[in-house]
Amino acid sequence: MARRARLVAQGVAIGLVALLFTLLVWALVTEEGGDLAAAAARGERPAAPAFELERLDEEGELALSSLRGKAVVLNVWASWCAPCREEAPYFEQLWRENRSRGLAVVGLNAKDFRRDARGFMRRYELTFPVVFDGPGETVGRYGVTGFPETFVLDREGRVIEVFVGAVNSDEDREELEAAVDRALES
Amino acid sequence: MTRVLAGTLVVLCAALTAPAAWSAPPNAADLEAEVVCPVCETTLDQSNAPVAERMKLYIRERIAAGDTEQQIKDALVLEFGPGVLATPEKSGFGLLAWLLPLVVLVVGAVVVGLLVRTWSRGRGETPEEVSLDPALERRVDEELARFEG
Repeated sequence: MARRARLVAQGVAIGLVALLFTLLVWALVTEEGGDLAAAAARGERPAAPAFELERLDEEGELALSSLRGKAVVLNVWASWCAPCREEAPYFEQLWRENRSRGLAVVGLNAKDFRRDARGFMRRYELTFPVVFDGPGETVGRYGVTGFPETFVLDREGRVIEVFVGAVNSDEDREELEAAVDRALES
Repeated sequence: MTRVLAGTLVVLCAALTAPAAWSAPPNAADLEAEVVCPVCETTLDQSNAPVAERMKLYIRERIAAGDTEQQIKDALVLEFGPGVLATPEKSGFGLLAWLLPLVVLVVGAVVVGLLVRTWSRGRGETPEEVSLDPALERRVDEELARFEG
């Protein structure tokens, strides 16, 4: 009887360890973000993680899938982020100059107060769609490690280039515009 | 006279119980220790990240506006999600986080108790008596007698 109980206890312990190990492997295998930038840098075109988030520029929600067929510049920002303030007018300009070519600029506001985000949009006169990811779940899936970060997606929703940090220098902007051209041609 | 005394007593009781019903405004420092900065993943009192500073200011604004601790926490959860609270809520899904460790503890105690009982029973069993060969037994007795003598 004692031997049987001991065997059962050992079986349960081994089962638990196996379960935890399986969960760890599953989490590592299914992790979408983090390597998007690396994959894009290698010339691969990983699929951008899907999202459907509350809009801050108007009522309702915006799904990334609804932009299929357009090139997308997804700019991750927060109102408390100083470099985000510096680059915001540039993204408005990029949107105005390229929307007729089939470019959608989307602001992804994360880890922020809605009220502050709307104040930021008013201050910088942003007219492109902005979605809200307060808890940061979506930016987590994109592997965003800091603010700002910008993803360029082709017309099929694949990431072709990632810009970590602000797009402020002439060199950064030339690089981004070249990526936008590639995305529009896709 | 009795009526006057009873009336006075009622007024006194009401005056004494009134402060108990009034709750003190929440303490900003306490709240900062219970709210997590979404960027650095530490509590606000441990962080000076820009978003943490903004959240501290928000808490002070809400306290000044007369919000209760729960109202402030609810508002923060609405903006940053349930992960903004350092400890899970004691209702809904968050309640699981409080109850699960207790359930595991109780189940663990029961399992350990059962195992200990089983093992102690196993030890309590008396081993079967082994009967020795009479010749061998006699020889052992002789050897012992010689040894003691």
